Amino acid sequence: MSVVLETRSLCKRFGALTVADHIDFQLQAGARHALIGPNGAGKTTFVNMLTGRLAPTSGRIFLGGEDVSTLSQRERVRRGLGRTFQINSLFRGLSVVDNVALAVAERRGMGGRLFRSASSYADVRDEAMALLASLGLAEDAQVNLANLAYGKQRLVEIAITLAMKPRVLLLDEPAAGVPSIETHRILDVLDALPAEIGILIIEHDMDLVFRFAKRITILVNGATLLEGTPEEIAADPRVREVYLGERHD
Amino acid sequence: MRHNGSYSASPRIGLIEWLPWLLGVAAFFYLPEYLSLGARILVYILYALSVDLVVGYAGIVTLGHSAFFGLGAYAAGILSAKVGVTDPMLQMLVAIASCALLGAATGALILRTRGLTLLMLTLAIAAILLEVANKATSITGGADGLSGITVAPIFGLFRFDLFGKTAYWMCLVVLFICWWITRRIIYSPFGASLVGIRENHVRMASIGSPVSMRLLTAYTLSAMLAGVAGALLTQTNQFVGLNVLSFESAGELLVMLILGGVGRIYGAFVGPIVYMIAQDQLAKQFPEYWSLGIGVLLVAIVLFARGGLLGIVDLVVAHAKRGKSAFAGKEAP
Repeated sequence: MSVVLETRSLCKRFGALTVADHIDFQLQAGARHALIGPNGAGKTTFVNMLTGRLAPTSGRIFLGGEDVSTLSQRERVRRGLGRTFQINSLFRGLSVVDNVALAVAERRGMGGRLFRSASSYADVRDEAMALLASLGLAEDAQVNLANLAYGKQRLVEIAITLAMKPRVLLLDEPAAGVPSIETHRILDVLDALPAEIGILIIEHDMDLVFRFAKRITILVNGATLLEGTPEEIAADPRVREVYLGERHD
Repeated sequence: MRHNGSYSASPRIGLIEWLPWLLGVAAFFYLPEYLSLGARILVYILYALSVDLVVGYAGIVTLGHSAFFGLGAYAAGILSAKVGVTDPMLQMLVAIASCALLGAATGALILRTRGLTLLMLTLAIAAILLEVANKATSITGGADGLSGITVAPIFGLFRFDLFGKTAYWMCLVVLFICWWITRRIIYSPFGASLVGIRENHVRMASIGSPVSMRLLTAYTLSAMLAGVAGALLTQTNQFVGLNVLSFESAGELLVMLILGGVGRIYGAFVGPIVYMIAQDQLAKQFPEYWSLGIGVLLVAIVLFARGGLLGIVDLVVAHAKRGKSAFAGKEAP
């Protein structure tokens, strides 16, 4: 398998505070990789650097072998990097289908077209509808997003990102805020994602992580503590220390 | 009543959307003594439409659109009074080009900012232009205003008359063309992306949208529309005063738009009509206190109808529909 996303010695400092400390990371094509760690470990900062929302202090980022460290967010999206947000980041005043259609139109490069009406691009709307149907949201397509249940809004987050047809998908806590009885629906959707997409998931729900990921990286204080298969991670005593604290006999 | 460009909204012009144009034509025949007020209202509708495009659709907060309105007015005026170009179409084209240049140049600088900073920068640009116009008396006439403006017959056929008939028709036709173009823009994918940026610019950037370029395009287009409105004002009044560049002009316009309803296209129609007729009538009754009446009206709108007058219409229609469906539900076996 080829590497689709790689960081080399990635660092981020805010003054004296180091939130990413020489992170070396590789994501294989089609991988199901999880990034876990306690609160404040620097996971979201790491994702923000990958997407270009935050500039690293030092280090390089490679997407499909190309150095994208200095490229804008938009250029990285065009090269196949998609992300979802930890807290829903959607277009609340629009219908569900329009939320997704905006992303489809941008991917097709027609988002800036003037004069011809948006609704005349039936193919954009059809693609958005098909995507929503694949996530079980067809009947909610016309609903105003603000009126949609939170769990379904999380799925719309994923739908918007999938509309970009990414090679790499960064899922920042896709199940955050979703009631536990609805988490299975998120997991079903994640399981059904196209196999060729390399997925990096950041999640606190360990059940979800261990069911979904084939490989796990643990981040602590901005540095990589450990990387391995779920079995290796579960068996490592350092993981328990990080999450439960040191044992005092 | 809300017109949002989207991939689900039909761009077809509804029957009710022809109403303003019918009223505009009817006013010419039935209210001939109010044609100059009518032309002024039409100019301000166009000005409000330009502001609605940036404030209502793109979410760019501005208090400095008077810069473009004033530049358009002065460009047309100077061209006539100082250069001797009296053709109204040529004056209009120069006004549009000047505003496009100023809009693109200033937009590229200020649209990197947001919120209060952006608001202050838009204000600063208008203030700078006002001071330039004030000092450059040899070109602009300074505080005395620019007079000696003549406007040749439109296409060599329609002469501007004392009663303002030609001016009224010209304003109505130009407004119609600009409304049609604005409506097309709003319903286009570009318009939909502007709404997306207004709703969530971070998300738009994360789906690969060139947010800054879209905002700059919208700002420049809006500046051009404001420039057309300014040029129209010059051509109908044949005089330009410093007040076109003033903060009061921009503030007054924003009040009109809020009154009508922001981000609805037709809020830009209703606001100036209500505001200017109220101003006209109140000034007749209470020459010293007319602005108090406008203030009370605005406070009432802001407190009780955040969507403006058209927002009230929306509420009433929605309420009526709910009542109707509840009634139908009771009737059902």
